[in-house]
Amino acid sequence: MALLLEALDLVKVFPGVRAVDGISFAVAQGLCFGLLGPNGAGKTTTLEMLEGISRPSSGRVLYRGRPPDRAFREDIGIQFQSTALQDFQTVRETLELFASLYRRTLPLDALVDLCNLAEILERDTRKLSGGQRQRLLLAVALVNDPKLIFLDEPTTGLDPQSRRNFWGLIETVRRRGKTLVLTTHYMEEAQRLCDEVLIVDRGRIVARGQPQALVREHFPATVVRLPLDAWPRDASLPEGSEVREGYLEIFAEEAPPILAQLERAGANLNALEVETPNLEDLFLKLTGHALRS
Amino acid sequence: MWHRIQAILRARNREFYRDRAGLGWNIFMPFLMVFGFAFIFANEPEDLLKVGVLTDPGGRAAATSPLLELRHIDFLPLTNPDAAMSKVDRHQIDLLLDLRGAPGYWVNLHSARGYLAERLLESAYQDREALPQRRTLSGQALRYVDWVLPGVLGMNIMFSSLWGVGWVIVRYRKNGVLRRLQATPLSAFEFLAAQVLSRLSVVLAASLVVYLGADLLLDFVMRGSYLALLLVYVAGALCFISLGLVVAARLRTEELADGVLNLLSWPMLLLSGVWFSMEGTNPLARLLSQVLPLTHLVEAARRVMVDGAGVIQVLPEIALLGGSALVLLTVAARLFRWD
Repeated sequence: MALLLEALDLVKVFPGVRAVDGISFAVAQGLCFGLLGPNGAGKTTTLEMLEGISRPSSGRVLYRGRPPDRAFREDIGIQFQSTALQDFQTVRETLELFASLYRRTLPLDALVDLCNLAEILERDTRKLSGGQRQRLLLAVALVNDPKLIFLDEPTTGLDPQSRRNFWGLIETVRRRGKTLVLTTHYMEEAQRLCDEVLIVDRGRIVARGQPQALVREHFPATVVRLPLDAWPRDASLPEGSEVREGYLEIFAEEAPPILAQLERAGANLNALEVETPNLEDLFLKLTGHALRS
Repeated sequence: MWHRIQAILRARNREFYRDRAGLGWNIFMPFLMVFGFAFIFANEPEDLLKVGVLTDPGGRAAATSPLLELRHIDFLPLTNPDAAMSKVDRHQIDLLLDLRGAPGYWVNLHSARGYLAERLLESAYQDREALPQRRTLSGQALRYVDWVLPGVLGMNIMFSSLWGVGWVIVRYRKNGVLRRLQATPLSAFEFLAAQVLSRLSVVLAASLVVYLGADLLLDFVMRGSYLALLLVYVAGALCFISLGLVVAARLRTEELADGVLNLLSWPMLLLSGVWFSMEGTNPLARLLSQVLPLTHLVEAARRVMVDGAGVIQVLPEIALLGGSALVLLTVAARLFRWD
């Protein structure tokens, strides 16, 4: 697969902080690439260097094997994490404004259909709900039919319903053969949308790979969780178990032997959970602190 | 490039005219000011008589006069005979004492103060033979409103230009509109050009409305060339817009921008001769006023409207304001940051 975008040893230093501390990766054409990490991990800073919005302190970004030139702007679409649109404009006027800044654009109708904006087309952009606003911002990012799309925490602040809808939208965009780079601190989002993730913490890469493969690489197939107060006081903790946030956690390839072991020890199994380990568990294991803090 | 500039221009113009509060402020404020001041200065209270003392260009007097020893008279040194006489003609000074050669004086037959000043002059000369030669003029008084209107229009252009680009761009930067635009093929030059054009058209349209409204209600004088007046105001607006762009090039908070803009505009408001003539004030203040663009804008506009100047006569001011605009615009484009 052809590499569309490469980051070579990116470093960004702000006074007193190395926000990004030597990050390298490559994004293949047509894939969805995720930067996963907690707030302040350097995800947005990394993304801004890729977008050409800020200049790296050192390191390079390559687009199709070359440093990005002016034409790069015509090829990319960006949805910023926090962005204001010009006041006193309707959704239609906003889309028309951005469309007229590019040489090549998607037809307005197609864009409106894709992002489900028909109902709010004549509404003032200040009167949109969170989900509507994100859909408009995505439409703005897609207005030039970009080859490469950057999404910075696209669903932060949305309610679960809007988030799910938005994921559906992003999957539709993906099916059109677009390459996506997104940041998120929701492991569920990364797991659902991304072909490949880069887990970053404090400006450094802590793991990379396909979400499922990454988890499988570090964990057995299941995790059994039991509230700590359901465990008999006098019994010693089972082998290989860990205590986290009031829960007893046991990782294993097979769940039934664990359940049998717990039952024998006299634990109350009513509140027991059996799950597949996820990126959240992985992040905790690799960094020693939780993704969402 | 041009269609991108147009797109930004249209969006900015929509934002401007849909913002009713801002629009109202831009149009009605200058009216309120003109009316307020016309009312306050309807009977201009002045304690002193103003007597111009005309000498040669070096400021040397060939003669002296006992009138100069009187107290409570404001003696205004003048060196340009034509300008001095037009002051008498417009009642801006009550009497002009000509000391370039054998003493003479000019007085306006229609001026009540001129009459009193002349009686004082006569009584200052005990020797009637030595009385300076009398010459008369008969122009009508220049009303304060005629004198102040070109300045008020200029002041309104200054405020509207400075805040209209300065404040708006800083707000765009703070809330991320600029960052969003930076991510498109739009260049900084295109963005700034659109802001300049948008504000220039707004400033000129608002000034036209104020001008026509004042014409309807106040019947002020306009003796010169409309083209000259337009060119003066366009050059002035461009100069202030560019100054606003320099202020807005990097600042990130509206509060700071507001402070800097106030710091720039208030000295101009006070020292540029908008409300009162700088003649006879502290030399330092007069020197300072010469470096302020509003001074040149107001002087040129006044020369067109009150003195009937044409394009040629105000060309130096137009060139000065236009040149300053170019320099400031270049500086602004160099300094400009999206984030």
